[in-house]
Amino acid sequence: MKLDCKHVWEHISGYLDHQLDPELLAAVEKHLENCEVCSAVLDSTRNVLVLTADERTYELPVGYSERLHARLTAAITGETG
Amino acid sequence: MKAVATADERELIRRVLAGETDLFHELIRPYERLVYVTIFAILKNETEAEDGAQETMINAFRYLKNFRGEAKFSTWLVTIAMNEARKRLRKGKAAAEDSLDATLEDNEGGDYTPAVLTDWREIPLEALEKKELREKLREAVATLPEKYREVFVLRDIEELNQEETAAALGINVTLVKVRLHRARMMLQKVLVPYLKSDTTLRIPAKTQRGGFFRGWFT
Repeated sequence: MKLDCKHVWEHISGYLDHQLDPELLAAVEKHLENCEVCSAVLDSTRNVLVLTADERTYELPVGYSERLHARLTAAITGETG
Repeated sequence: MKAVATADERELIRRVLAGETDLFHELIRPYERLVYVTIFAILKNETEAEDGAQETMINAFRYLKNFRGEAKFSTWLVTIAMNEARKRLRKGKAAAEDSLDATLEDNEGGDYTPAVLTDWREIPLEALEKKELREKLREAVATLPEKYREVFVLRDIEELNQEETAAALGINVTLVKVRLHRARMMLQKVLVPYLKSDTTLRIPAKTQRGGFFRGWFT
């Protein structure tokens, strides 16, 4: 199986999620070995995901948990008390 | 195979419903972050997200008797959180701004091209440490078209699996895959320019694909 760049781009997500079947995976990897452009697309997409998973990207406000439980207590008391 | 509520959670839920309402705090404690981030990623407004997270938890308490144990409790909470976020978005309470809109065209099923950056090997890891880049990512996520953003939030921020994401959004797994791919490509396109840097630290070429970053991932 021989893939051009455009086809490889279609499978970037599947590749990152380890969802490609063996034949397709081999073809994608073979293409990536020889293609700087697709390697760069893959790496940059992967970095977006690394950044997304970084806990500092989405942080909780200070005091969030305390305020949440205080409001819950008030709501629960209001409904059941 | 369907994920189910854990035995501990089922027991907690049973006891809350039987009147030990204080235990509801314990039940939701592991999911405080999940609920907040789900809403924040969509509204990109801290105050709204916090209020929405509180409303989500109150609604979860109110409707706990409707929870069916065949789904994961976390998925059920995410569904409520997502509805809360959608509701607030519609009301326009959250500030939906941004100039990125123009570059994030909706092209599900259509053609698209990722941003091609041939000198990616020049980009230092330090770039990923920048605060500004995280802000750009949050902006870009918040301005994705809604259907892509929802899938991206659940799959790549909350790290729900495909089946859970499909269940929470009421769509099928194939659509989850398609939309996730589009979302990632849109974000890649928007973020690549910000990943360029003036500093000169190089990532050794052999760690580029596979090894190094994959290590980060796991």
